[in-house]
Amino acid sequence: MPDNIPWLALLPEILLSSFGVLVMLGDAAMAPGRKWALGMVTLLGIYCAGAAALTSYAVSPGRAFSGMIVVDGAATFFRLLITVIGLVTVLASMSYLRRNRLPQGEYYVLILFSMAGQGLMAASGEMILLFLGLEISSLSTYVLAGFLRQDSRSSESALKYFFLGSFATAFLLYGVALIYGAAGTTELAAIRAAIRNGEAEGGLIAAGAALLFVGLAFKVSAAPFHIWTPDVYQGAPSPVTAFLSTGPKAAAFAIFLRVFFTALPEAGPVWVLVSWISAFLSMLIGNFGALVQNNIKRMLAYSSIAHAGYVLVAFTAGSEVGAAAAMFYLAAYAAMNLGAFVVVSHFASRGERYVEIDDYAGLGRRRPFLAATLAIFLLSLAGIPLTGGFFGKFYIFRAAVEADLIGLTVLGLMNTALAAYYYLRVMVVMYMEEPRETAPVAPLPPGIAAAIVLSVAATFYLGIFPGGVLRFATESAAGWGR
Amino acid sequence: MAALLNAALLLPLAGFLVVLALPRRDEHLIRWTTLFFTLAAFAVSVPLALGPVTADFQHETDLRWIDNPPIRYHVGVDGISLWLVLLVTLLTPVAALASWKHVQSRVKEFFLFLLLLETGMIGVFVALDLFLFYVFWEVTLIPMYFLIGVWGHERRIYAAMKFVLYTMAGSVLMLAAILWLYNATGTLDYPRMLELLGSGEARLGRQAQFWLFLAFFIAFAIKVPLFPLHTWLPDAHVEAPTAGSILLAAVLLKMGAYGLLRFSLPLFPLAAQRLAPAISVLAVVGILYGALVCLAQPNMKKLVAYSSVSHMGFVVLGIFSFTQLGVDGAVYQMLSHGVTTGALFLLVGMLYERRRSLEIAAYGGLATPAPRLATVFLITSLASAGLPLLNNFVGEYLVLQGVAEVDFRYAAWAAAGVVLAAWYLLWLYQRVFLGEAGEEAAGVKDLSPREMAAILPLVALMIWMGVYPRSFLPRITASTARIVQPTELRVERAAPYRASSDAR
Repeated sequence: MPDNIPWLALLPEILLSSFGVLVMLGDAAMAPGRKWALGMVTLLGIYCAGAAALTSYAVSPGRAFSGMIVVDGAATFFRLLITVIGLVTVLASMSYLRRNRLPQGEYYVLILFSMAGQGLMAASGEMILLFLGLEISSLSTYVLAGFLRQDSRSSESALKYFFLGSFATAFLLYGVALIYGAAGTTELAAIRAAIRNGEAEGGLIAAGAALLFVGLAFKVSAAPFHIWTPDVYQGAPSPVTAFLSTGPKAAAFAIFLRVFFTALPEAGPVWVLVSWISAFLSMLIGNFGALVQNNIKRMLAYSSIAHAGYVLVAFTAGSEVGAAAAMFYLAAYAAMNLGAFVVVSHFASRGERYVEIDDYAGLGRRRPFLAATLAIFLLSLAGIPLTGGFFGKFYIFRAAVEADLIGLTVLGLMNTALAAYYYLRVMVVMYMEEPRETAPVAPLPPGIAAAIVLSVAATFYLGIFPGGVLRFATESAAGWGR
Repeated sequence: MAALLNAALLLPLAGFLVVLALPRRDEHLIRWTTLFFTLAAFAVSVPLALGPVTADFQHETDLRWIDNPPIRYHVGVDGISLWLVLLVTLLTPVAALASWKHVQSRVKEFFLFLLLLETGMIGVFVALDLFLFYVFWEVTLIPMYFLIGVWGHERRIYAAMKFVLYTMAGSVLMLAAILWLYNATGTLDYPRMLELLGSGEARLGRQAQFWLFLAFFIAFAIKVPLFPLHTWLPDAHVEAPTAGSILLAAVLLKMGAYGLLRFSLPLFPLAAQRLAPAISVLAVVGILYGALVCLAQPNMKKLVAYSSVSHMGFVVLGIFSFTQLGVDGAVYQMLSHGVTTGALFLLVGMLYERRRSLEIAAYGGLATPAPRLATVFLITSLASAGLPLLNNFVGEYLVLQGVAEVDFRYAAWAAAGVVLAAWYLLWLYQRVFLGEAGEEAAGVKDLSPREMAAILPLVALMIWMGVYPRSFLPRITASTARIVQPTELRVERAAPYRASSDAR
């Protein structure tokens, strides 16, 4: 074995996978009463992966494995984001698994593998690896979506996710193939060079890029490829929905940004038009869809479509400022959306019984802490100042105005006003209606409490002191053009 | 001296954190703590008005908050915002006293929201960074939403929702305009932006000015509220608890007028001039429409709410007269209206606590059992109706005088509003306090010491502001002159055709 292999560049994913294997073995070896320890091992693994991501960026940034892996600021940003998302998800899942008597080992393994896939997506500098990462991540999440085996909605969710997901992956792969055919390489930087030098056939590149866009738009649930989202999010176990709506989405946006900024910046004008339309449709469909939902998971699913639309607005701006804004927004969105889903998953109680918005009646009186934190997450999603959600939107629309997208900015902002209605409606139910026939709320287990407190802290931190994260995002975004 | 302003801004926030830590059951302690912090904020804000008179921003603090985009914690007051800050810090303890017994459920949350609201309101008036201004503007929204929605009357949820959605619809447009301004000038700092635009280093085209003005204007006009954007106001006022109504009328409406004065006029003078006739017409329509609705109103709270629509019409009319007198009068009217209408809502709240009804027809003959209440109510009504030697007279007179310089027709129609105000307010007084005292009326208690403590400072202020406006006007004039004169100058420079047509 040659000793100059840059293992460090891959260390986060290696750690995630090894811990996955470790958990699998432990699951087989441990007595059923001890399985809670698997959760701890998983947390440790994720933490180590985060530390490894930082170390590898600090010690040896740059390309590795002949350009397949790129350890740059953006990769590190998304790796860390995925780490935090994983941590919160696992914290929130521990008591959920126990309460619903679900097998713990398999669950954690799938989360770890999925994260490894997402890490690869974030750090890939080449299209085959990017596709592999996407597949590793997706396969695990298909299974996770159907984890409530006894529940037909969960199985439906998994099946839908799987079929539509594989379809989208096929689109993506076809796009990769066409671009390879045109440019003769799968390495992103080389593709751009080929296009610049006029070596690549324009029509093929355009067709490939369009297919890529379709595949990725599906993964981030942007309109018009969003149809699966409400059903999948509703049927999947709530902590899994929390994960689905943030982790894979962040990783898919990482690819989105990297592919279009590193490999295909020349295709600018076409992109602007396509993603303008997609952004606008996502915001519109997401917000109008959410207006009429009575199930809170479905409502949050539609809202996540709208939020994908906001990120696409930043993408449409096509500038470094826009890319940085998108990255910042994904971090803020992860904090608030995870938090909201964690509260929902705790409140849903055994077998996902209480997921209607009306079940939340009088929660403000019965469980002030739970209600207040959900209110904070919803206010952040609605974009009220001093929360991460507001700053995220501020940066995104600032980028859009700078790029002269006044129309999209006004439409987007009007959408946020519309969105305020359905977020506030949950608050009306929680605070202004009397408790009805009561949905019992169990006392908060420490894992859930920790997940909620972490999310609240992150939401406020990004809302009040956004400077640090934004600076990191801005510096990272600058790296793509090179 | 900057420390005082920061203290006024941060004391309510500190109170918020302290109350947050207090045990839920100890309601008495929560009330007293809130009162203490709101009074402390008042105490530190009074000395702000004692320094030398100057047109500049005073008590400034300018700290770095976020680097990119450059957002700063830049606060300060001039002769306009200074009084508005005092209005906030005076009326919040009044609102706290008004809620002492009125609010019995979820006391802790109520006072938490009250303190948060005060922070937001002060922030709006002191922010000198557009981003900071927007943050505070939105921060006031959420506490008021909860105050109306949780502690309001029957249709509170509808009213709270309507209030938020109207305001949000306006404020997102404002946010778009702020982003545009930032893009055009490269700064979010208000004084710096004025400097850049004034010196010509940054330019806004005619078309851009027009759209930006409109975006800001809609946000502010909803808040003022200007006819026909006023429909959220009667709902919000009627359904809100007393404290909510007081602060809504006294302060939140002023945020709109303040915004017009602080941002719309100085930043977009050309567009402001161009649209002034249309806006003045709307203001006059609002004055008359509000007054006429008052005459037909069977519900006391709604009557006071519509009287606000009418009175705030004067403010907008004065601002868009672009005359020194008119703008001075508008600011004076903002303060007067805050004091008088705040007091009216407080009194209506007291009546409601006694008889659990807002219908005028349910009352009559209260002057016999409750003479002190009757006297205070009479003084407040007369003040609101614009009786000389009371506060509203000064503001309305100045506005009319200023407007008459520009176009006598506006003044003539607006003056009709003053007449109508005397009619509906005295008629209200007559129906509630005079006439036969029925059996139910006989049992009505007069003002308690707590209620006296809440209302007497306001009555004293009505008289002071009516008799000796010189305590307030010099500071106002110094700062408004800065807004009025450059507006005139720049418009003259930009529109030479007017001079030539005069010469002909």
